[in-house]
Amino acid sequence: MKRITALLVVVLAVAGVLCADSALSITGAGATFPYPMYSKWFDEYHKKNAHLEINYQSIGSGGGIKQVTEGTVDFGATDGPMNDDQLKAFQDKHGFGILHFPTVLGADVVSYNIPGVSAELNFTPEAISGIFLGKITKWNDPAIAGANKGVSLPANGIVVVHRSEGSGTTYIWTDYLSKISDEWKTKVGKGASVNWPVGIGQKGNEGVAGMIKQTPNSFGYIELIYAIQNNMAYGRVKNSSGAFIKADLASVTSAAAAAAKNMPDDFRVSITDAPGKTAYPISSFTWLLVPAKFSDATKRDAIKGFVKWMLADGQNYTEALSYAKLPKEVVAKELKALNNVQ
Amino acid sequence: MATTTTTVPSAGPVAGWRSFLSRLRQGDEIAQMITFLFAASVVLLTLLLVFVLWQGSILPRHKFGFNFFRTSVWDPIFDQFGALPFIYGTLVTSAVSLFVAVPLGIGAAIFLAELAPARVSDALEFFIDLLAAVPSVIYGVLGVFIVVPLMRSYIQPALQNTLGFFPLFKGPAYGIGFLTAGIVLAIMVIPYIISVSREVLLSVPRDQREAALSLGSTRWESTWKVVVPFARPGIFGSVFLALARALGETMAVTMVIGNTPTISASLFSPGYSIAAVIANELTEASSNLHYQSLIELGLALFLLTFILNGIARLLIVATSQRGRRTGHT
Repeated sequence: MKRITALLVVVLAVAGVLCADSALSITGAGATFPYPMYSKWFDEYHKKNAHLEINYQSIGSGGGIKQVTEGTVDFGATDGPMNDDQLKAFQDKHGFGILHFPTVLGADVVSYNIPGVSAELNFTPEAISGIFLGKITKWNDPAIAGANKGVSLPANGIVVVHRSEGSGTTYIWTDYLSKISDEWKTKVGKGASVNWPVGIGQKGNEGVAGMIKQTPNSFGYIELIYAIQNNMAYGRVKNSSGAFIKADLASVTSAAAAAAKNMPDDFRVSITDAPGKTAYPISSFTWLLVPAKFSDATKRDAIKGFVKWMLADGQNYTEALSYAKLPKEVVAKELKALNNVQ
Repeated sequence: MATTTTTVPSAGPVAGWRSFLSRLRQGDEIAQMITFLFAASVVLLTLLLVFVLWQGSILPRHKFGFNFFRTSVWDPIFDQFGALPFIYGTLVTSAVSLFVAVPLGIGAAIFLAELAPARVSDALEFFIDLLAAVPSVIYGVLGVFIVVPLMRSYIQPALQNTLGFFPLFKGPAYGIGFLTAGIVLAIMVIPYIISVSREVLLSVPRDQREAALSLGSTRWESTWKVVVPFARPGIFGSVFLALARALGETMAVTMVIGNTPTISASLFSPGYSIAAVIANELTEASSNLHYQSLIELGLALFLLTFILNGIARLLIVATSQRGRRTGHT
């Protein structure tokens, strides 16, 4: 009996030591758009570093910013950079700042359903902002027809579809509209949810895509990855150098490359309407939010180790999941910025 | 010191304690205490809910005051929040759903309780209970893929062609909007109305029916003039249960209502409801004011339910008194 008890104690002690060794778990929360990428990364990284487990909850960018500010998670993630008020709130609460690290790139595409029109349509910024402001209401409006010579567009009313819930996809879309239209900027502005001048709201990419598919004469925006994975047709958009560009991994990376040259030190940059001949204009980075100071050194080193891996090997996993890679210049700059995490 | 205070003056309390224990052994006291705790927890929960919603909405209550319930701009970017379109949407969709579901539900309940053979009635009751247990997102999917196309291609054009002169049926037919949301809600609440009303009708004493029949009334007369009035308070109860479900429904509504804060006389117009906007925007609320305004919307929904429930109670009291009076004269 005594022997069994002793054995039990030893076993428990060993198990305890083993558990303590593998107990390092890091939690993060935030953006839903890069979630498939992040869960793949965390999974692969866990395979290489068995003692480290990273739990990520895709609760939305706003929720990620809120939770990391309140200190309930170790890091956050967002599709739109934190604004100055949010940065100040973090600084005030913790006494140190928070850093943005771009991870991958995404884009919004324009989708439509016009009975009898199968051609891939071209959209100018004026047409897109006009439709979303409710000023262009018919498909045969000269602003649309002018860029689509040879396509016979019907005189039907346009049904605008947008996202109903707050989302990073909407942030990118409204950020783009604010850049190309002063009226949009002053009347509506940019954000995860806005006061839409026109249109019907649907939940999620699948909701918007479904509504467009079944509603004749509809028009809306969808995340590029969702459109690719579901083989959806989408239009070309005129960029700042006047070329009509179809969104794909190359044209999105090209938009990032143009922005990489004058990347600000805090990485809070918008690359919508980016310069460059081949740049797709409705593209964006998505960011990890890492506090600048950690009281727990093992946690800090683990997060830094992950970011380092994500910027090197991790980038090789992106294209299989239809995310665009970070440009080299950005990676180099991020590796330098990683030293600021203490 | 301690012993004297506990033993000497406590002869009475000890006796009381003993009799209390002896009564406890009968079980009544225990049962009463435990059930009292359960009942009190309902009140506590309600108060806690109000407290949390009230505390959580300090910013918009101070900034907008009563205007929160009167204005109709909802703009997270420019920090303007007004609840009116959401209150309107919640009320309109619930009203449409009851308008459709009450006659259907009560009619079905009368058939099942009074006219159908017991075996048919029990078999159908099984299906009704099954329907009541279907998650609301399934009804939402049903709405998006079946009701919306039907509405857009057939029902809305038909209504427009026949009743188009009413402002209720004007405007473009998107297929989604107040009317569709109301109909999907009706489908969801009908099982509640049928199930509860059927039970109430079945519990009407047999002699009531027999008395009516013996006086020479037909079967329908005995059902409509005797059994249904007898069961009226219970039937009302089923309707208010349905109303409560319709007011608070989130998922199915947001999938078919169009999620656009508008106040429009047309039932074809896209709209928004309180529960839907909270579910849609809470996770991505951009500012504290936005977040707290959503919490205040929750408070508004709570108040709305509270007021409607109050009216419902009054209605039950009023109609049951009238029933009794007409019964005596």
